[in-house]
Amino acid sequence: MSTPYAKLPAWADYGLIPLVNLLVAFAVAGLVVLLVGENPLRAAVILVEGAFGSGQGIAYTLFYATNFIFTGLAVAVAFHCGLFNIGGEGQAYIAGLGVGLVALAFDSVLPWWLTFPLAILASALVGALWALIPAYLQAKRGSHIVITTIMFNFIAASVMVYMLVNVLKPVGSMAPQTRQFLEGGQLPKLGWLLAEFGLKVRPSAPLNISFLLALVMAFLVWVLIWRTKLGYEIRTMGFSPKAARYAGISEVRIIIVTMLISGALAGMMALNPIMGDQHNVPLDFVSGAGFVGIAVALMGRSHPAGIVPAAILFGMLYQGGAELAFEMPNISRDMIVIIQGLVILFAGALENMFRPTIQGIFASFSPRSVGISATKGERA
Amino acid sequence: MAENAIELIGINKSFGAVRANRDIALEIPRGTIHGIIGENGAGKSTLMSILYGFYQADSGEIRVNGKTAAIKTPNDAIAAGIGMVHQHFMLVENFSVLENVILGAEGEALLTKSIAKARSELRRLEKEYGLEVDPDALIEELPVGLQQRVEILKALYRGAEILILDEPTGVLTPAEADHLFRILEQLKEQGKTVVLITHKLREIMAITDNVSVMRQGTMVATRKTSETTVEELAELMVGRRVLLRVEKGEAQPGAVKLAVKNLTVRDSRGVTMVDDVSFDIRAGEIVGIAGVAGNGQSELMEAVSGIRKAVSGTVMLDGKPIDLTGQADPGELRDRGLAHVPEDRHHVGLVLAFDESENSILGYHDKPQYLKGPFLNLEAIQKDAQEKIEKYDIRPANPRLKTANFSGGNQQKIVLAREIEQDPGVLIVGQPTRGVDVGAIEFIHKRLIAMRDQGKAVLLISVELDEIRSLSDRILVMFAGRVVGERGPEATEGELGLLMAGVEHKEAAE
Repeated sequence: MSTPYAKLPAWADYGLIPLVNLLVAFAVAGLVVLLVGENPLRAAVILVEGAFGSGQGIAYTLFYATNFIFTGLAVAVAFHCGLFNIGGEGQAYIAGLGVGLVALAFDSVLPWWLTFPLAILASALVGALWALIPAYLQAKRGSHIVITTIMFNFIAASVMVYMLVNVLKPVGSMAPQTRQFLEGGQLPKLGWLLAEFGLKVRPSAPLNISFLLALVMAFLVWVLIWRTKLGYEIRTMGFSPKAARYAGISEVRIIIVTMLISGALAGMMALNPIMGDQHNVPLDFVSGAGFVGIAVALMGRSHPAGIVPAAILFGMLYQGGAELAFEMPNISRDMIVIIQGLVILFAGALENMFRPTIQGIFASFSPRSVGISATKGERA
Repeated sequence: MAENAIELIGINKSFGAVRANRDIALEIPRGTIHGIIGENGAGKSTLMSILYGFYQADSGEIRVNGKTAAIKTPNDAIAAGIGMVHQHFMLVENFSVLENVILGAEGEALLTKSIAKARSELRRLEKEYGLEVDPDALIEELPVGLQQRVEILKALYRGAEILILDEPTGVLTPAEADHLFRILEQLKEQGKTVVLITHKLREIMAITDNVSVMRQGTMVATRKTSETTVEELAELMVGRRVLLRVEKGEAQPGAVKLAVKNLTVRDSRGVTMVDDVSFDIRAGEIVGIAGVAGNGQSELMEAVSGIRKAVSGTVMLDGKPIDLTGQADPGELRDRGLAHVPEDRHHVGLVLAFDESENSILGYHDKPQYLKGPFLNLEAIQKDAQEKIEKYDIRPANPRLKTANFSGGNQQKIVLAREIEQDPGVLIVGQPTRGVDVGAIEFIHKRLIAMRDQGKAVLLISVELDEIRSLSDRILVMFAGRVVGERGPEATEGELGLLMAGVEHKEAAE
């Protein structure tokens, strides 16, 4: 039996519901803040001001958002094919090796604008290769990609520790990281761009040119998914593998190609912290961005136009949260993680919690605005 | 006691803007068999779901045995003496009949007592209604007809006085259907009330006492079955006169287009589904394959169209072999002029989440006219879709609308338009009118005949015997994976029914 459900206008679907989810997440987070004896309203003000109140804050917010755009796009592309790439973390981490090797090899001989394209290719290639093995196992052997990509996160972490401690650490150094890159391995900052708008940004602010690369990739992902033959095939596979088989689309080929693209996008995330900010390859530079990418893709409905704002939201939580931990002594770093967790919970995992209610309200107020559509066992 | 088992008064139910049921009034006298017919989407299922407590009506009243009943959940319905036999059985496959019957009414923690009680109760029901079935058999080992009987037993065990059957004969052979009807007659004689939901007019005429017709959410008429005709009911259902017989001329068979020889196909569990099947189809003829669902027709169709791997045998298309052993590619077969309308349009033939125009190129998305380099040529795709919409009268005429929002008949037209407009030499069609309303059935049948008259070879697979008989120039009957007989279109239903049940096959083996 089909279960009819009301279809909402696009603005409610993509605007109102995420907003309601977000407000509820903040309300619950506010309760947590209240519990530890702080004023939730003041906390909210500090959070937002910390993220957007100054040029410096905006620069940090967008810097974090850059990471999340890359990983969010990576997760989204795989989602469109019906694959859950949970390995963005590992793909980005191991891709740091590619970025690092290019920068270490060429930073003394090439200017940044020649190193950068090479590093983009290297990061994408290494990220894609790291996704290739799980993809091959899924396509040819049916090993579940969630399991294999999780495992590959652990392998990536161990490989990177080994490489940084035993191979890439300069002789005599105590820190498990590569040497500092010279100028040819450093990406230009974008502080001047914010300064154009009259904002004050210190030169130390990490926002750099990879933010623009992230925006370009968001556009290219949109073109890929909705405007190319490959994207058509990816979506067909994602909605219905049986229909793809019927249409003569090779499952093996599409799974592998999609995962290569997904891994490449995750890999590019490594450019931002390594060449854009730290100018070396440190331990743990991904620090959870791969997993935040899952929440970003869910919240952005796997559409680049949703992923970019969702990534900026999480950038705000990272940056504003750091300010909050600094300003309010009772709120520790862990509290910030709780707030982020609540946003992920309400915006991502419980995405459909308020949908029926909102649909009911819409149906009763303006029945004409709500169409009907039947779900006949088809995944939306 | 009131005279009516069920009385519905002013039932309204909306889903958003769509009024699935409006002002439904219905009286079902006790001890009768009452048919409810209507096209897909007419609101039959919604109405029965309200009666069985799956949905709640927005307004209106339900009276059971003259008393107002508040039915909020299926449990309320069961308590009021209403039982339902669903189209898709709700049985636990690896439980025995007994275990399934007591499911949800187990009683105490230890099952011994309730199983003993159920065993004696089943024996009584068996005697009273002729519902014999081995209480210790596992469900998965029972044929479909018996599984359905278990569903009926489940309802009766719970004390149902009113039994609702939703499209009960869809999965049955004609003989099994006849047996079901005899059971229903017996239930009626014992004073039970039966509500039969179906879209098969023939069944309505054969068994019901009264019949109510639904169209677009309203109850348009209730008639005594003895005082109405098939033609009148069809007209009431559709709202206009319908041609029930397909008019067609003599077939002009030409050269062999598709030759299947000794084809054997196994399913994923290694069970042989198609067993050494051979046949030819010539240009300008429709060959129908009749059979009860699950006797290998689906696998045969999938193997011939390159979706499923075959174990052995050959299939020649225009004299050249189709690769059946390795990774056969449906795309290559399309290029060679073999088009395929799959049985399952929801998961195979269409991507419901796609726009109509996106579905109108599915499988042909490699063709240069739809592409600009690696990019989709959206303009050309839209224009192409618009042309097909006009030619096939697909409604609503909006190529940008999500395919899930089209009715079953229009969805099927989208698939047919896509496959036929590529001008294939061979067309394989599975269940072309399943879940399709009467008006669209007429259109689809005419299209298939037109294909034949243009000299195309058509392979038609359907579980609707009427459809097979009225369209086919030759009829093959499949049973247990083998072709057990070939007949002309003049074959009687009884003759085909026996073949479908494997009767002649068994005799031949002895």
